[in-house]
Amino acid sequence: MIEITRRYVMKFPPDSADKALTYKLIKDFDIKFSILKAEVRPGRTGSLLLEMEALPENIQKGIEYLEANDVACEPLGKKIKFEAGKCINCGNCTGVCFTGALTMDREQWKLNFEPELCVVCELCVAACPMNLFDINFHEEEPEKIIAID
Amino acid sequence: MNIDFQNQSMTFKKSYEEINEKIRKGKAVVLTAEEVSAMARELSPSEIVKRVDVVTTATFGAMCSSGAILNFGHTTPPMRMERITLNGVPCHGGLAAVDTYIGATSENPDNIRYGGAHVIQELVEGKSVELEAWGKGTDCYPRKYIKTKISLETINEATLFNPRNAYQNYNVATNTTSKIKYTYMGTLLPGMKNANYSTAGELSPLLNDPEMRTIGIGTRIFLGGTVGYVVWPGTQFNTSKEKNIFDVPMSNAATIAVIGNLKEMNAEFLRAAYYEKYGVSLFVGIGLPIPILDEDLAHRVSIRNEQIETTILDYGTAGTPVLGRTNYAELQSGMININGKKVRTAPVASLQKAREIADLLKKSIQNGKFELAAPVAMFPTGTSLKKLFESEGGEK
Repeated sequence: MIEITRRYVMKFPPDSADKALTYKLIKDFDIKFSILKAEVRPGRTGSLLLEMEALPENIQKGIEYLEANDVACEPLGKKIKFEAGKCINCGNCTGVCFTGALTMDREQWKLNFEPELCVVCELCVAACPMNLFDINFHEEEPEKIIAID
Repeated sequence: MNIDFQNQSMTFKKSYEEINEKIRKGKAVVLTAEEVSAMARELSPSEIVKRVDVVTTATFGAMCSSGAILNFGHTTPPMRMERITLNGVPCHGGLAAVDTYIGATSENPDNIRYGGAHVIQELVEGKSVELEAWGKGTDCYPRKYIKTKISLETINEATLFNPRNAYQNYNVATNTTSKIKYTYMGTLLPGMKNANYSTAGELSPLLNDPEMRTIGIGTRIFLGGTVGYVVWPGTQFNTSKEKNIFDVPMSNAATIAVIGNLKEMNAEFLRAAYYEKYGVSLFVGIGLPIPILDEDLAHRVSIRNEQIETTILDYGTAGTPVLGRTNYAELQSGMININGKKVRTAPVASLQKAREIADLLKKSIQNGKFELAAPVAMFPTGTSLKKLFESEGGEK
């Protein structure tokens, strides 16, 4: 069997802070992982971009374990929305993409997008003059700030 | 091909009329500027002038100095529109009663990501936009306010008129500072981690006829998906920029002012853009045909990316100091060298769309649908730019 590499965006529920969930990924499922991006909102939720390297069935079991503990797991590709049909192949996004997820095909001068290489730096979101990228890494809606009397 | 033997030893020449006659008969030989540059590796200009009649050039980039002249038609009772907005974007009053000019970079104060370019694109897409106008009311124009919907179908004229487009060459932008810079040349990462360029290199219109022997007032072009015209030298028209040994300016030099019927345009070639922390702009598609009248023009259109140099500027530092020079072969390779440091490059204008335009124009000419127009007047030479000084406290 060959180990594979997969990137997932995981959303942790507010009460998961005291559980060693990611530790179990290593210990029980033999998953090597790198944290590419993390955002912890104390008392609320946390978001994690995890690159996992393991046998395919172990990644599968690890995801099932996390989901059983109310962690929402989605492949990175599904969290990035790109309206390819409106792209004019200008290349602005490739200038900021240091991981090589966005590159120009230097024959046809069309944009190549490989979401699996993305680390959710989100620079492309601002760099695209057509506003075609939408990355859902954070919480759905920022909570309203309640004024304290 | 009809070759005059007397001319063979001399310089071979063709007239606009001869070329147009071939176009009408569907016999004109048309190549894109990239195709002719490849051909020039095998053939000399004296051979190319005999084989090729027209070379098509093109560009599709953000051109901030763009906008549209609109005439809304009169209301009953009539109104002298003095303050005008379209979808909340301020348009120019001060043009009679119901004329306006909407600049591409004008922004809606309530939503700065939406501007004149978006209004223009939506109009071209056939959408309605909201017109709101105010006037003081006069004896002959008593109405003081209107709020209504307009579209290209409901209004009289809609003319795209861009005072400065298709820069002959443009600088490369990088950023040596420790802070990210958001510019019209794209997002520039700190520490010179990227360098952005916009010119289409050997396909770029004004680089293929750098002396503008065939580009002048009245030159017929492809503009935003339809036929347009060059009407004037573009603003900031500068013929005094330093040239390289291949006779092309190595920084932003000449420009063109262009005009065309917005009602015939296509949003494929006219696209609104918003640059983070900069503002709104308009991507404009321009295709420009160059008649190969003689050997000199055959030589000019043969220019290749490695022969077209441009200047690298630090957009992070006030005064945009010069960091060095590069050429379009290096820029298009994806990596340039700036003072010993390898820097990744990215285009900010679409070469893919520019090629599409050059091909469309080529086919129109081949099919006899697009004839060439000789300029009725040529552009000035020896022009340079003035700076704006403050009258008080500024330098004299």
